[in-house]
Amino acid sequence: MNSAENIFHKEIVVKSSTDNLSQIRDFTKAAAEFSGFSEETVGKIILAVDEACTNIIKHAYKNSPDGQIDLSIKLENGKFSISIIDHGVHFDPTRIPEPDLKEYYKQKRVGGLGMFLIKRLMDEVNYYTLSGNKNQVILVKYLSR
Amino acid sequence: MAEFNVNLRGVGSVSVIDVKGYLDAHTAPELENVFNNLLDQKQYQVVVNFDDLKYISSAGLGVFMAYVETMRENQGDIKFSNMKENVYNIFDLLGFPILYEFFKEEKDAIQKFSEQV
Repeated sequence: MNSAENIFHKEIVVKSSTDNLSQIRDFTKAAAEFSGFSEETVGKIILAVDEACTNIIKHAYKNSPDGQIDLSIKLENGKFSISIIDHGVHFDPTRIPEPDLKEYYKQKRVGGLGMFLIKRLMDEVNYYTLSGNKNQVILVKYLSR
Repeated sequence: MAEFNVNLRGVGSVSVIDVKGYLDAHTAPELENVFNNLLDQKQYQVVVNFDDLKYISSAGLGVFMAYVETMRENQGDIKFSNMKENVYNIFDLLGFPILYEFFKEEKDAIQKFSEQV
């Protein structure tokens, strides 16, 4: 593959409703398949993006469907990165501990599972605070791994 | 919109829930409703048949975590059957095989309840 073929950039903007999760998954699936990932890895990427957007809908927008989620996916030199930006309430992901499933099960706490999954499914996960009270998470998967 | 269907069957004293399609944060409440109905009817022995489930996210897994304790406190359980590999891998990633029983066939999961009595 030459460098020209190994670059693309796609974006969508959706409202913060769980109704839109299937559209988000379809968008992610098309981009990951186009980039040449295996079926298994495509599945991991789709789930990670679903989990990140679900967290935004539930925590940043507190289940209000009127918020905005900006998804941007690009492939560059084998690095597939998904930027997800919201304009909701900031939350610090580093303050959420990795779940102990037995403790979760006892306490009926289920919220932190998504964060844990994202870390397991992707090669890199980075959170940023942008100007204008925006939050960004960038999920990265490398084609070569 | 994600397609998801949930169906409830009785097999002897065991309640079998068939899940089909995509189980995510949008569709998980439909599954919660079924579990709430089971609790109302004091039905605590549950097998979830995943044969037609294509996708699950943590919102779906959270439903099982939310109800399993109540089922077990009442001499019941939630057991899983007919799970596709891609779906099982998510359960495995979160350590579910330590806490839940998985069966290849629905009848084996149902049979396990009768052995426990």
